[in-house]
Amino acid sequence: MTTERVIEAAGVRKNYKGGTDGAGLNGFDLEVTAGTVTGLLGPNGAGKTTAVRILSTLLELDSGTATIAGFDVRRQGAEVRRRIGLVGQYAAVDEVLTGRQNLVMFGRLNHLRNHKSRADELLERFSLTEAADQAVSKYSGGMRRRLDLAASLIVAPRVLFVDEPTTGLDPAGRMEVWSAVRQLVDGGTTVLLTTQYLEEADQLANRISMLKEGKVVAEGTPDELKTQLGSDWLDLVLTDPADVPRVVELAGPLADGEIRVQDVRVSVPVKDRTKALVAMANSLHEAKIEPEDLTLRRPTLDEVFLHLTGDAA
Amino acid sequence: MTGLGWALADSWTIARRTLLHWRMQPGLVLFNWFFPVLMLLLFGGLLGGAMESPEGSSYYELLVPGIFALSMLFGLEGTMTAVTTDVSKGVTDRFRSLPMSSAAVVLGRCIADMLDSVVTLVVLAATGLALGWRWHEGLPSALAAFGLLLLLRFALLWVGIFIGLTVKNAQSVTMVQVLVWPVGFLSSTFVATSTMPAWLGTIAQWNPLSATATAARALFGNPDPSATATWIGTHAGLAALIAPAVLIAVFLPLSAHRYRTLSR
Ligand SMILES: Nc1ncnc2c1ncn2[C@@H]1O[C@H](COP(=O)(O)OP(=O)(O)OP(=O)(O)O)[C@@H](O)[C@H]1O
Ligand SMILES: [Mg+2]
Repeated sequence: MTTERVIEAAGVRKNYKGGTDGAGLNGFDLEVTAGTVTGLLGPNGAGKTTAVRILSTLLELDSGTATIAGFDVRRQGAEVRRRIGLVGQYAAVDEVLTGRQNLVMFGRLNHLRNHKSRADELLERFSLTEAADQAVSKYSGGMRRRLDLAASLIVAPRVLFVDEPTTGLDPAGRMEVWSAVRQLVDGGTTVLLTTQYLEEADQLANRISMLKEGKVVAEGTPDELKTQLGSDWLDLVLTDPADVPRVVELAGPLADGEIRVQDVRVSVPVKDRTKALVAMANSLHEAKIEPEDLTLRRPTLDEVFLHLTGDAA
Repeated sequence: MTGLGWALADSWTIARRTLLHWRMQPGLVLFNWFFPVLMLLLFGGLLGGAMESPEGSSYYELLVPGIFALSMLFGLEGTMTAVTTDVSKGVTDRFRSLPMSSAAVVLGRCIADMLDSVVTLVVLAATGLALGWRWHEGLPSALAAFGLLLLLRFALLWVGIFIGLTVKNAQSVTMVQVLVWPVGFLSSTFVATSTMPAWLGTIAQWNPLSATATAARALFGNPDPSATATWIGTHAGLAALIAPAVLIAVFLPLSAHRYRTLSR
């Protein structure tokens, strides 16, 4: 894998005219290496769509710089557009037309000679061959998303932007889209994916940038981010709710932070993984408490996310 | 291919998209083409008996060219709705993210809507002929009249594109659609402006729709009492050229500007 940077953004600022102050982007930085999937993670209004629209030349930035494959998004828009695919937050396909008609049209607009055979290829690849001649308005959410993806891949792009690909999809639709994205990555496309779902970023992305109020507040591999939060967690599930206070007392000396209790589940933040696990097991044994479950785990990305975006309870 | 070649090819691709829509939704498009026919039959039946037509001619002689002009105005709604839908559904964004000619999105719309208007006029004219309306000044003159009508449509197209790009949501389009009606009625479409109260007649006469309707009647050789009453009445032909030209001069650059600044 090369280490060529295909997306570079530095200090990008964008204030929407007529929008509230601070909305948009406030010094957004991003570096994406060729052939990787980067997840841009953030809550509603964090600026994910704004970032994607700026990088794909749909929106002008106020200040800062952004380049795609070395081409400046502001001054070399046409060059940038030749190298990107964009899957917007809302499926942007013509609902009246059939799947095939859509792909043929976008193929023509990409100035592709073999647009017909290319459309067939893509329909096949995204399992839409059967529905190819149905109007898109009859498609399910997942099928529509897949068609949307196919339309962005007519000319194999260097960089693919995918804005919240699975928002509003049911689990089956989500799986369909995930497998489609994975296929792309196997084909060598660099993907920038935005999402509100940590699970999605964890599943698909090599690197994650967490966005808050238009700024990247943390960046790294999913593992690095989990480590950044520090402690691991010892999760105990008890059989008898009456044991909870006793267990909390026993766990006290091991805890590296606040112990969380939820029904019969006790979560203890710990520093020294194995030592804590052994100590806890011994104490439980001595106290003759038989837990239903005792596990050691890394923090979930949700916990990292809540911690970093400062919404932690 | 050259840049211009691609711009034309892309425009045609976008226009074909609308033609495909017609094929996919024949009911909807047929309704659009026959709606003006309905207006013609309705108003012809409703007002035909009560209307005093000059020289004993049929009311359709006055009404048919009026409905021609009115249908050009109604075309505005289609343009507006199509543009707004594409913007709000993100289709325009997809086009803008492609390495295609940026003028094509708007030019393609233009080609499709002009074709739509030609069909509308053909359907209306056929109905008119069946009802007894005739052109009396020969075919070239009649074609010139149709040319004037299409010029008005072309001008209104840019108004439609501009509003469509500006409002960005379907609700506001409904408001504009409602406003189209008084503009349509306050003209010489259904009655000669000379029969209206003076102040109303003056407003109606200066309505670009009246200019085109009156000028078209002259070219078809259909009687129109509005034509002689005032300065604007006698210069309808000139007004039917100038008014669309002004609309184009204002709204074409505005639309182009709006399209370019979708990125702000
Ligand atoms: N066209 C606009 N005009 C004014 N403000 C806007 C516009 N688009 C977005 N904003 C504001 O900019 C901020 C960032 O919006 P953006 O759409 O980039 O967020 P997002 O992370 O994509 O959110 P979501 O998860 O809801 O899609 C929000 O506060 C939003 O209200
Ligand atoms: Mg968004």
